[in-house]
Amino acid sequence: MALEFSPEKKKEVEWTLTRYPNKQAAMLPVLHIAQYQFGCISPEVMELVAKTLDLPVSRVQDVVTFYTMFHEKPVGKFHIQVCHTLSCAIRGGSQVVDYLENKCGVKCNDGISKDGKFSITKVECLGSCGTAPMMQVNDDYFENLTKERIDQLVNKWKSE
Amino acid sequence: MEKVLTKMVGIENSQNIDVYLKHGGYQALPKALKMTPDELIQMMKDSGVRGRGGAGFPTGMKWSFLPKDNPKPRYLLCNADESEPGTFKDRVLMEDDPHQVIEGLIISSFAIQAHTCYIYIRGEYVTGAKILHKAINEAYEKGYLGKNILGSGFELDITVHRGAGAYICGEETGLIESLEGKRGWPRIKPPFPAVYGVFGCPTIVNNVETLVTPIHIINRGVQWWKDNEPKLYCMSGHLTRPGTYEAKIGTNLMELINDHCGGIPNGRKLKAVIPGGSSVPVLRAEECDVAMDFDALAKAGSALGSAGCMVMDDTTCMVNALWNLMKFYSHESCGQCTPCREGTHWLEMICGRIETGRGRMEDLELMLETANNIAGRTICPLGDAAAWPVAGLPDKNKGGDLNGQSFVNKFREEFEYHITNKKCKVTIPHEWN
Ligand SMILES: Cc1cc2nc3c(=O)[nH]c(=O)nc-3n(C[C@H](O)[C@H](O)[C@H](O)COP(=O)(O)O)c2cc1C
Ligand code: SF4
Ligand code: FES
Repeated sequence: MALEFSPEKKKEVEWTLTRYPNKQAAMLPVLHIAQYQFGCISPEVMELVAKTLDLPVSRVQDVVTFYTMFHEKPVGKFHIQVCHTLSCAIRGGSQVVDYLENKCGVKCNDGISKDGKFSITKVECLGSCGTAPMMQVNDDYFENLTKERIDQLVNKWKSE
Repeated sequence: MEKVLTKMVGIENSQNIDVYLKHGGYQALPKALKMTPDELIQMMKDSGVRGRGGAGFPTGMKWSFLPKDNPKPRYLLCNADESEPGTFKDRVLMEDDPHQVIEGLIISSFAIQAHTCYIYIRGEYVTGAKILHKAINEAYEKGYLGKNILGSGFELDITVHRGAGAYICGEETGLIESLEGKRGWPRIKPPFPAVYGVFGCPTIVNNVETLVTPIHIINRGVQWWKDNEPKLYCMSGHLTRPGTYEAKIGTNLMELINDHCGGIPNGRKLKAVIPGGSSVPVLRAEECDVAMDFDALAKAGSALGSAGCMVMDDTTCMVNALWNLMKFYSHESCGQCTPCREGTHWLEMICGRIETGRGRMEDLELMLETANNIAGRTICPLGDAAAWPVAGLPDKNKGGDLNGQSFVNKFREEFEYHITNKKCKVTIPHEWN
């Protein structure tokens, strides 16, 4: 069955369309809205976005595959993105990844942990170099990471 | 020094419009609306403001490139993509003082007579986007946005537009393509955005920090600006107190490191600094006694760029550091131009094999040559940005070839050690707890 935006998301989409001189320009915002609702941009979601913007699906796919923030496959309930660029790397960024892999029970770039909670990736500079090392989890930044802080956070997420 | 750009940082509820108003906010706007657009552009020229996004282009001059006889609507695009490694200053402005950004955007839009403005903010800055969105709504309610702003007849709409994770969308024409709902593939210039920009209309793209400057020039005057020009510096890496610091432009780099940031921690020694975001040539410790402004850094063989200072102590392996940066450029190359797509890939591979003990002595020349074959041969400056950290800036006396003054030659001994001994010269691990 074809997917639909929820009534609330539909409102957001309609408002978004009023902010641009043409529909295609609403591509990124509408994809963001869709990803919040559906969790990832599957082929069915691409169809919905294409229909919403009156564009061929190929245009949507072209965009989705270009930008790292759009996931074509589901990610963990807590999608962990660790910055591994220079200012973070020289303050322990790579050790953060190893530590997280052990804590969360999933390897970097290797799908979702068995409990469905975690996925881990390394990403480029997130504009938070002054508070390195850091990671982004879903929408939020976690900065000045220490082992103790990661323990606290991961334990909390495991129980949520 | 009195804080101007970061005055609101640390004040409770600094994002709230009433708090901004209480601290003297939105006072430059009515003054600007009583000036003519030409007077405002002249003011920017007189003050000598240069772009804070990376290229340092004079802002008043850029604004005056808009064609006078083009009947199409004009657009102002605020570049908040902030993806240059080592850069995190615009985030402070947007998250802690969104109304300063909005006031700057209204004044700048009036100066260039744009009635639509988009803030293109990197997708990861979700918090910043939410704060801006809320602040924009407050500004509409108070009549600072929308139709007939403060009774002046001027009309403006601002929309926050989130990117989705691509460094190249910070390049102005990549940003334009992305805003149009496409891949962020930079365009061949000319035509420049001022003539043919977003939706085929005349467009000005400026950095967030650039666009707040007119507020302070209006409030304090051109002469004050010239005498006190404030600048944001992003200080990261091996520092006791890393962070965003406001200081007079031209503050000495060592003063920023030692006085503002509390020096290098753990009794370690300064080794190197990349002073302007990852795309500029690196400075050795002994080269760091330098004024942090456009001209002095250019003379020192580097650039102010986005003012992102990445500070490295003697626990840093320079081969590994360069490899880290080359992975970045190779990952972020949009792939349109062969020299950039292939060249960044090869730089990453060669640097990686040296770091992992599989390098050959010829690899050093190969890296310099590869960098030289990218620079100046691509659609957009990302190619140059990847080449300069490897092989320095273009040299007029060498027909534009790169001068060789960056990582590979400045730390050649370390690269050679790696190749000969198949291991790192630096043996002190960096502790992380
Ligand atoms: C690869 C690349 C990435 C860039 N990223 C940014 C950025 O994140 N923010 C920014 O303001 N300028 C960035 N720039 C510079 C812009 O192209 C443009 O020069 C700038 O936004 C102009 O604003 P300004 O004159 O106020 O500096 C980038 C340039 C390149 C080549
Ligand atoms: S220089 Fe690189 S990033 Fe820029 S357009 Fe060419 S391939 Fe793309
Ligand atoms: S280097 Fe990690 S946030 Fe910039």
